[in-house]
Parts: sequence; C-alpha cells; structure tokens
Amino acid sequence: MNDALDVALRLLVVFAVFLVLPLVIGQTEHKVMAHMQGRLGPMYAGGFHGWAQLVADGVKFAQKEDVVPANADRRVFQLAPAVALLPYLLVLVAIPIGPGEGMVGQVIDAGIFFVMAVMGAGVLGSLMAGWASANKFSLLGGLRTAAQLLAYELPMLLAAASVAMAAGTVSLPGILDAFEWWWIPWQITGALVFFVAGLAELQRPPFDMPVADSEIIFGAYTEYTGLRFALFLLAEYAGIVVLCGLTTVLFLGGWHGPWGADGLGWVWTLLKTAVLAFVVIWLRVSYPRMREDQLQKLAWTTLVPLALAQIALTGVVKVVTS
Amino acid sequence: MSPIPGSGLAKGLAVTLRTMTRKTVTAQYPDVQPDLPPRTRGVIGLFEENCTVCMLCARECPDWCIYIDSHKETVPAAAPGGRERSRNVLDRFAIDFSLCMYCGICIEVCPFDALFWSPEFEYAETDIRELTHERDKLREWMWTVPAPPALDPAAEEPKEIAAARKAADKLAAQAATEAEAAADAAAQATAEQPAAGQPAAGQSAQDTRPAQDTPAGQDAPTDRPGPDVPTAEEGPA
Repeated sequence: MNDALDVALRLLVVFAVFLVLPLVIGQTEHKVMAHMQGRLGPMYAGGFHGWAQLVADGVKFAQKEDVVPANADRRVFQLAPAVALLPYLLVLVAIPIGPGEGMVGQVIDAGIFFVMAVMGAGVLGSLMAGWASANKFSLLGGLRTAAQLLAYELPMLLAAASVAMAAGTVSLPGILDAFEWWWIPWQITGALVFFVAGLAELQRPPFDMPVADSEIIFGAYTEYTGLRFALFLLAEYAGIVVLCGLTTVLFLGGWHGPWGADGLGWVWTLLKTAVLAFVVIWLRVSYPRMREDQLQKLAWTTLVPLALAQIALTGVVKVVTS
Repeated sequence: MSPIPGSGLAKGLAVTLRTMTRKTVTAQYPDVQPDLPPRTRGVIGLFEENCTVCMLCARECPDWCIYIDSHKETVPAAAPGGRERSRNVLDRFAIDFSLCMYCGICIEVCPFDALFWSPEFEYAETDIRELTHERDKLREWMWTVPAPPALDPAAEEPKEIAAARKAADKLAAQAATEAEAAADAAAQATAEQPAAGQPAAGQSAQDTRPAQDTPAGQDAPTDRPGPDVPTAEEGPA
C-alpha cells in the first residue's frame, strides 16, 4: 500500500478513536454515576436516555465567550489546553489493540518510555494553566498538580518497569507477545500501583485535590471558559482511555483472552479497557476527595514501597525461572 | 477500627454498586405526575354554595390573604304573616396565593365546610397579580378536591353519621312504641265497638283539630312521628 496513505489512514483511525471513546466514557460516567446515586441522569438530549448529552454540552461550550484574563500570560494561557490534550492523542498512537502491525497506530520500539514520557508531558498543561492565569486559586491548583505529578510519576514508572523486566522488552506489542496468563497474579501489585498512580496523575477523584472544585474552584481551570475549558475536560476523559488502555496492555494481557484468540483480540482489549473505565467511574462515585497530605503520604509511604517490592518479586521470579 | 484494613473501602464500593442495581428514585415530574395524598396542601377550593359570609376565614387568616365582599338581601317571609329574613349574599371571595402560607387555618375554621384543600399545585403565573384567585376560579378548584380518605378499620364513626343514626334510632323507637300503643287501642276499640254507639263521629272531630292549629298544614305530618299510622288510632295515644 502507498506509505503516505497508510500513515494517513492510521492517524485518521486513531484520531476517530480519540474523539469517540472519551465521549463514550463521559456519557457512561453520566449514567453510571447517576444510577449509583439513585438518579436517572440525563434523559432528554437526543431523545433516548439522553445519549446526546455530551454533544449538547459541546455545542454549549462552543457558544461561550473565550475569555482571557487581563493580567494572564496570554500565549501560555491559550496554549495550555492543547498541551494538556495532545499528549494523550500521541500516546494513543502507540497502544496496540490487537496482534500484528495492523492493530496499532505505530509500533514504537521503546514503547513504555515513549508512553510514560508523553503522558507526563500532559500534566504540563495544568501547570501552564495554573501559572499563566494570574489567579491565586489557579496557582494553588497548579502547585498541587506539580506536587502530585512528582509524587505519582515515580510509582507509575516503577510499576511499568516491573512489566518491562518480566517481558524483557520495552516495546508494547513485545510485552504482549511475551504475556502468559500467570502474569496477572504475578504482577497484580504492580497493576494496582500503576492504576492508582495513573488515577492520581489524571487528577480523578478521589485524587482530585488539584482541581477540588469546592475548595479552590477547579484549580488551574478557574479562569478558563468555553472551548478551552471543554478541551481540559476532554483531556481528562482521553486520559482515562489512555490509562485504562495502558493498564490493559501492560498488566491484563491486552488482546489475550480465554478464547477467540484469532481475529477477536481487539474485542478483548476494548472489553478490558471498558471494565477498567467503569472502575474509574465507580471509584469516583464511592470515595471522597483525599486531603493534600494524605495524597502525598499514599504515594511516598505506600505506592513507592509496593512498586519496589513488585520489582524485587519480578526480579526473583525472573531469575528462578530462567 | 475495622477488623480487616481496607474493608471500609470495599464496603463503600459495595454500597454504590448495590445502589446502581436498584430502582432509581428520580421523579420525572413534568412527564409523570406525582402521586399526591388526598390531603395534600396544593390549592384551596371554595364550595360557595356552603358559604354564609361569616368572615371567620378572613379574620383567622394569618396573612390576611382572603378578601370577602358581601351584601345583605331581604328574603320575603316564607309563609303569609311570617317575618322577613335577611340573608348574606357573597359578592367577592378571593384568595391571594402569593401571600397565602398554606397553613390551612381558613379550612379548619370554616363552620360550614365551604373551603377544601385540593392537591392541584400547577398554577404558577408570570404575573404575581394573577395569583389572586377570584371566586369563580376558587369554585373551579372544587372539582379537583378528592374524596376524603376512608376511615381506619376500627375507627369511631363520623359525628354527622353518628348524630343522624341517633336521630333515626330515636324515631324508630318512638314509632315502635306508638304502633304498639295503637295496636292496643285498636284491640280495645274492636272490643268496645259493639257497645259504644257512635265512635266514628267523635274520632273525626279529633282529627280536624290539629289541622286548624297549624297554619302550614303540610308541615304537620313531617314533624309528627309515624305519619303512616292511621289517624283513626292516633286519638287515644
């Protein structure tokens, strides 16, 4: 096939997934959260159980005025939402959903490095927004984001390193090729650490201290309106897709399933991602927001030691079996 | 402290998951009307046929939101030679629902059951003056007043029914004793009839006397117990 066309097609598909899945998760969150609270959630938009609620929200956001505060650092302020959103699009390119060349946007040899580095860059958007807004609440939010990023990036990397050690490769398809079912109990601690740290990095409840709407009025996003604010929200949901996809690929065996191995691998990937996304929503509904010091304590005294213990376990098993 | 660390977290997850499987409590109000109990304080209806313009409701209203205008009319005597009566006629009865605090004192205080609660509540207006419901509108609300809820199984019967039953029992007892007496009298009369010469003439003279005493002759039988008792046997009783 023509190379340029091939690349264009792949990017188009990744872009479509990037636009659709976050909205699907957002709508699921509306409905699941409502039912977990004994409510119905949106019922009118689109006619059938409010399926078009997020479309309506998008239309609303697009109509709003795009305000930049007078004292804000204009360029940085306007650039921040894009910096927050685009890394997730880039990460999506590298996540394989099925076996073979055709089921991944682009095979990257140093997949884990790429993915972790680019995801870390996404948080820069919040930092930029917090600093450039010239607002003390935004600044507080930005500082909290920075502290959270520092605290949780480490256990996340350590947990991912454990899988890389187990597989003997840092390529994402390579890790999946080496996957065996008993990796799940073997790496379960790492999986939990990775997932929790990822949640914290996305600033999802119960780790949403940096945005804490009831305390520092949405932190770094306080001054944002209209489409730029919508982009920040979209970044959060794209982040859920990416985090769940990565957890699936690294710890849950991606396209491997009990049956239907040939041809249906991508269904397994999507299914596992969807279940994890449901868990993300579930955690949000169930738990109250953690305090800032509790957040730091959880990272440094629980997650980092657990991740280190996982690496030690991985090393021991690796040495014993080889 | 919980016996197993982290069991509280699991419990929290279980609560939300269980709630998700249950039926939601959302009331889809404009689509589905709420199921309101009969005594819901929605709006006040006026049964103006019962109103005597005693003004008790207007005077007791803590918000002074009831407006009543009336005038007196003279009713000609019901019977020739009788006295003229005056009667209150309702000109205006209005309740300002922008002032009303739905305490229901007017309804409690009305001695003639002219005011009622109706569960209707959808009468919001864009102009506050429209919230003053005039007499005809208040009368319209009467059609929405539901029947009172049934009494509890072993409840005391309502006062009105108890009073009516008492009166009816009294009448029945009276009629029974009279009928007994009349039967005795009749038996006596049949025994004495051959002996006495002209009983029919004496009885007819007794019969005409009460008709002359009462000016409205047709009222007499309704006041008198047991109108079906033969007049011929009334005399000795």
